[in-house]
Amino acid sequence: MGIFDFLTQRNKNTANLARDRLRIIVAQERSMRGAPDYLPMLQRELLEVIRKYVSVDVDAVKVDLIKDGGHDVLDISVSLPDKNIAAAG
Amino acid sequence: MAEIIVVTSGKGGVGKTTTSASLACGLAKAGKKTAVIDFDVGLRNLDLIMGCERRVVYDFVNVVHGEASLRQALIKDKRFDNLFVLAASQTRDKDSLTKEGVQKVLEDIAADGFDFIVCDSPAGIEKGAFLAMYFADRAVVVVNPEVSSVRDSDRILGLLASKTRKAENGERVQEHLLLTRYNPARVDKGEMLSIGDVEDILGLKVIGVIPESPEVLQSSNAGVPVILDDASQAGQAYEDAVARILGESKPLRFTTVEKKGFFAKMFGG
Repeated sequence: MGIFDFLTQRNKNTANLARDRLRIIVAQERSMRGAPDYLPMLQRELLEVIRKYVSVDVDAVKVDLIKDGGHDVLDISVSLPDKNIAAAG
Repeated sequence: MAEIIVVTSGKGGVGKTTTSASLACGLAKAGKKTAVIDFDVGLRNLDLIMGCERRVVYDFVNVVHGEASLRQALIKDKRFDNLFVLAASQTRDKDSLTKEGVQKVLEDIAADGFDFIVCDSPAGIEKGAFLAMYFADRAVVVVNPEVSSVRDSDRILGLLASKTRKAENGERVQEHLLLTRYNPARVDKGEMLSIGDVEDILGLKVIGVIPESPEVLQSSNAGVPVILDDASQAGQAYEDAVARILGESKPLRFTTVEKKGFFAKMFGG
C-alpha cells in the first residue's frame, strides 16, 4: 500500500453490501419455500397476458401462496399504473 | 439412546468434514461413545481427515448391502477407545444408499450402546445430503461468512424443517449454526460478514465460531483432527463448540482482533 493510497481509497464496506443483498434474496427465497414449482411460470404468463392490455412493469404482478387456516390461498395482486402516467406513456 | 447429529451446509468446501472429525473427536474425548459416518459415497474423505485411510476394509455401503457386519466396518480410532469411523464407499455410486438401509445401520449402531452418531453430509442437496439429514435429531449447519455459503445454509435450514423424519412427525430438528473460516480483522475492515450479520440473516445463533487458521490445513495434512491441536485457536474453538453441544455455556473466543500491547508492538512479542 502506497503512502498516497488514502487519497484514492474510497470507504468501501463490502460486508454491508453482502448483508443487504443476502437479506433480500433470503427473504425472497423463504417466501417461495414450499410453494408449488409452477408459481414463477404462472407469474410470467399472467404478466404477459396483462401486458397485452395494460402497460405495466415487470414487478407489477405478485403471486403469493398464503396459508389461511387449513388451506392455501393463491394471492395474485396486480398494480396498475397511474392513469396520468399511463396516458402520457 | 444414541443422538444423531448431521453436519451439513449445502455448499461444498466450507469445512463439513473438518467439523465432523473434530466434533466426533471432541465428543469421544468427553467420554461419549461416538461413531462418525461419511455419507459422501464416491468421494470418501473423512477417513483421510481422521487419519485412518489405510485401515478401511469395509465401508458404509457394504454394511447397508449386508456384505459386511457393522463390527467389521467400524474402524476403531487409535487415539480414543470410544470413537469409531464408518467410511464411505469409494467405488459405488450415490444411489447405493437407501433410506431403509441407512435407517437399519443407524439403528444397529444405536443398539450397540453409542451415545452419538455424527453424520458427515456430502455437499449439495441431492440424495446423499438428504439421507445424511433425514434421521437427525440435531443439525450442525456449517457456514462461512460469505454470500453463497449463507444463502445455501438458509436453503438447508429450510430442508431440515421440512424433509426430515422429525419434520414429518411434526417435530423439529434442533439446529445449530457453526461459523467457520472467521477472520475478525477482515470483519473490522468491513470486508467480511460479522457473526451478528450471519445470525441476523439466518435467524439462528451460532454454537461456535472457528477462526480462519493455518493449523486447520496442517491438521488435515497430518490426519489429526484440529480439535486435538490444543495450541491452535481453531482447536480450542472446536472444543468450546463441543462443550456447548453438550449443554455447557461458554463465551465465544477468538472473535475479536487481538490488540497488541505497546511492548508487543515494539519488540514483536
